[in-house]
Amino acid sequence: MDEVGTPFEFVVERGKIREFAKAMQCDNPAYDAQGAVVPPTFLASVTHWTPEGGRPPHGFDLKRLLHGEQEYVFHGAPPRAGQRLTVQYRIADRYEKPGKRGGTMRFAVMVAEFRDEDGALVAEQRSTFVETAQGPKEDA
Amino acid sequence: MTGAGLAVGTAATPRTFGPLTRQMFVRYAGASGDFNPMHYDDELARSAGFPSVFSQGMHQAALLATFAVDWLGPENVRRFRVRFLEQVWPGDVLTCQGVVSALAQGEEGRIVTVDLSCTRQTGGLAISGAAEFVLPTGGPDS
Repeated sequence: MDEVGTPFEFVVERGKIREFAKAMQCDNPAYDAQGAVVPPTFLASVTHWTPEGGRPPHGFDLKRLLHGEQEYVFHGAPPRAGQRLTVQYRIADRYEKPGKRGGTMRFAVMVAEFRDEDGALVAEQRSTFVETAQGPKEDA
Repeated sequence: MTGAGLAVGTAATPRTFGPLTRQMFVRYAGASGDFNPMHYDDELARSAGFPSVFSQGMHQAALLATFAVDWLGPENVRRFRVRFLEQVWPGDVLTCQGVVSALAQGEEGRIVTVDLSCTRQTGGLAISGAAEFVLPTGGPDS
């Protein structure tokens, strides 16, 4: 598979962790400390750092696009405020299934790898996107 | 948290979030960078055939994450996975629940696998999920 994005930097910031914790209605003190760890789904905010070309396109029709699944894997404790990570996106898998009412559902698994200053893989984000066989309005 | 009291089948005390407001969706949009207008522009959402704006799936995933880390520890999470099943709307009250599905000993400590769910007040399952936490061994009560 050669569907890869350009690597880019993602600085883990304490203020952004604090903001994210508030949005998740979490008052756990671990998220408001020097060297705070990131919350389980915080790496979704990589969006703020993703440049043009940083993410290979899934190519799906936006009117039929669903976000099916999301997974985070941490190789050790989650990244901490102050770390400068390098991120690279790739499309790890594509597959199809027959739609329930005919047509074809298409799936794409988009993986972002997060590496630390030494190049060690510290976290992964896996997103499964689905292009439904029919648009929501055509189903009626 | 060393997990001394955990066994397969142990359930955490459920936690509710809500009633959810549009402000919560906007707050999550800013925190995450997901500015899809379907989550804050009612006029646009209605023109697309929806009754109103709806929550980001990743917003309720984040609420489920709060429930999970308050149970098993923010530093201990090693895997967190969700499936998005049903949309969540303004005014919804969500209930997060979790139960231990497996326990194992790993290099870092005791690996606790949990099944997670986030249910709407209608009984509809908004999210199903699973997570793995590693509880450090060697503490005073391990």
